[in-house]
Amino acid sequence: MKILLMGNPNVGKSVVFNRLTGADVISSNYPGTTVEFTRGCMKIKGERAEVIDVPGTYTLEPTCKAEEIAVRMLDEGDVVVNVVDATNLERSLNLTLQLLKKKIPVVVVLNFWDETKHTGISIDVDKLTEILGVPCIPTCAVTGEGIKQLVESIASAKPSSYEYEEKERWHEIGNIVKRVQKISHRHHTFLETLGDASVKPLSGLPIALAVMFLTFKIIRFIGEGLIGYVFEPLFENLWTPLMLKLSAVLGSGGFIHDMLIGKIIEGGIDYGQSFGLLTTGLFVPFGAVLPYVFAFYVALSFLEDSGYLPRLAVMVDTVMHKLGLHGLSIIPMLLGLGCNVPGALSTRILETRKERFIAATLMAIAVPCMALQAMIAGLVGKHGVKGLGIVYGALFIVWIILGTVLHRIIKGQSPEIFLEIPPYRLPYFRGLLKKIWIRIKWFIKEAVPFVLLGVFIVNILYTFGIIQFVGRFTAPVVTGVLGLPEEAVGALVIGFLRKDVAVGMLVPLGLTLKQLIVASVVLAMYFPCVATFTTLIKELGIIDMMKSAAIMIVSSILVGGILNLVL
Amino acid sequence: MSAIISLAEMPPGEKGTITAIQGGQGLVRKLEAMGIRAGKEITKVSEQWMRGPVLIRHGNTQVAIGFGMARRVMVSVSEHGGAL
Repeated sequence: MKILLMGNPNVGKSVVFNRLTGADVISSNYPGTTVEFTRGCMKIKGERAEVIDVPGTYTLEPTCKAEEIAVRMLDEGDVVVNVVDATNLERSLNLTLQLLKKKIPVVVVLNFWDETKHTGISIDVDKLTEILGVPCIPTCAVTGEGIKQLVESIASAKPSSYEYEEKERWHEIGNIVKRVQKISHRHHTFLETLGDASVKPLSGLPIALAVMFLTFKIIRFIGEGLIGYVFEPLFENLWTPLMLKLSAVLGSGGFIHDMLIGKIIEGGIDYGQSFGLLTTGLFVPFGAVLPYVFAFYVALSFLEDSGYLPRLAVMVDTVMHKLGLHGLSIIPMLLGLGCNVPGALSTRILETRKERFIAATLMAIAVPCMALQAMIAGLVGKHGVKGLGIVYGALFIVWIILGTVLHRIIKGQSPEIFLEIPPYRLPYFRGLLKKIWIRIKWFIKEAVPFVLLGVFIVNILYTFGIIQFVGRFTAPVVTGVLGLPEEAVGALVIGFLRKDVAVGMLVPLGLTLKQLIVASVVLAMYFPCVATFTTLIKELGIIDMMKSAAIMIVSSILVGGILNLVL
Repeated sequence: MSAIISLAEMPPGEKGTITAIQGGQGLVRKLEAMGIRAGKEITKVSEQWMRGPVLIRHGNTQVAIGFGMARRVMVSVSEHGGAL
């Protein structure tokens, strides 16, 4: 049996999906969190059933590509679980009636049932069930209320015999709503007042700045705190003695020793410079990057679940139009600050090829991922805030200028924003924790092996003198244009694999602040890491990705050269 | 007394009833799918500077729509309401 989860965007389909299948799918409080079909399994009366989380759609008369795909899926399903926002019954029933007409078994889930109470809405569920002729189940998916009844009714779902005249659909919906729903008057809640304030220009701008500033502060506070008080002491006091013992056992030298432990510096282990798999290879992902990745996802997950991001999209819409995008493209940019891979995937929420190309290219060039930022913060930040300011400032200017240029030269449409703004919601604590955990798990599974591979390859490259060799014939660009030593080319080679390891390779080179700034900016811009690269090929197609890559290489040399001249 | 103006011209905070959507089939369908159609009573929540998006509320739904689209949505507002 195949069960399709369908409904308007942002009604909680992914939360229901997680509840039914026990899977871990990211859900947030903005339309378009799910851009891919996600498949999972559940048991119904002892039998295996496939559950498919379909991206949100407002109608079966498709108005965009995502909706077209959703409609095509319909032929595959045996049962549709139509998730409905109970606080938006009228709009939701539009899709419900269209589904009923397809004569496939439907179960209607009235989600956000808890919210109907404080929004002054009361819905007569029995009457709605009777009118529609299919089971209607009130749920609150984040807490799991009503999920049991839902599972029970899926097994016995039947097609409805409800009939209506296609032309009269909205009229029909109006009649149903009149019969089942009562709205009592109520005052604006605090969250609603705050919601309005954050989209009015005079109050919304200061709010946006305050939110960004606070987010930045919280990320630094958590990140630095974890490094300074937890991870560095752990490595120094527990791991170092162990590694020194291992070093002695391995005879303090030789190929295996150098591979695992790396160089012994002044009789001890320097996690920045030793470059062994068990020293630098573990310290980079766990000691330097993970604390910031964790801090970032705490902040981002809270922003996502609160419902602030669509409001931020409205506030930045005018600026984004100058770059050929609209406000919603702030989402790929923000996700990209964590990791460019989910950033690249989320460009699917944009409608046209032009928008997706610009958004993906700008994100890959000028939005450094958290792993890269953590390493840059460690390396450049040692010399004070000014250097960091120049790195971020340069990337921001590149983002603006490149976007403006791409908007002019790329043919195609840049449609206007058209976005539902969900109510503010207090994030559900356990849901928040789960989401942060999903992302940390993903980082450990996907990133850490690449870091280790990166450190391994660095050792191989140096042992066989390959870096020195490449350094010699790239010297005109690396030394001539960018003003970096020849060995820095090693970082550019490894940067394709993992950018955090690449920045780590700069540590032993003893660069000046100016060289560090140039190297950081160039490393951020010149090419995406392999994980982002493969994702972008899938999203943009190979030809557009080649164009995008050419833009990256050219602009990074240009910007690096300019920085080398003016600093 | 009422006047018909576009959503873009309507002052923020005002209430009105949509009378028509002056656009192609695509735009009408897109707006309709979100419940924005002739006969609906809506409130304009806010507008942004420099022809930025317009935010409207109807029932429990809030939707941000681009300035260009907002110019095609005609709304009937009562004249004593404020702007003039």
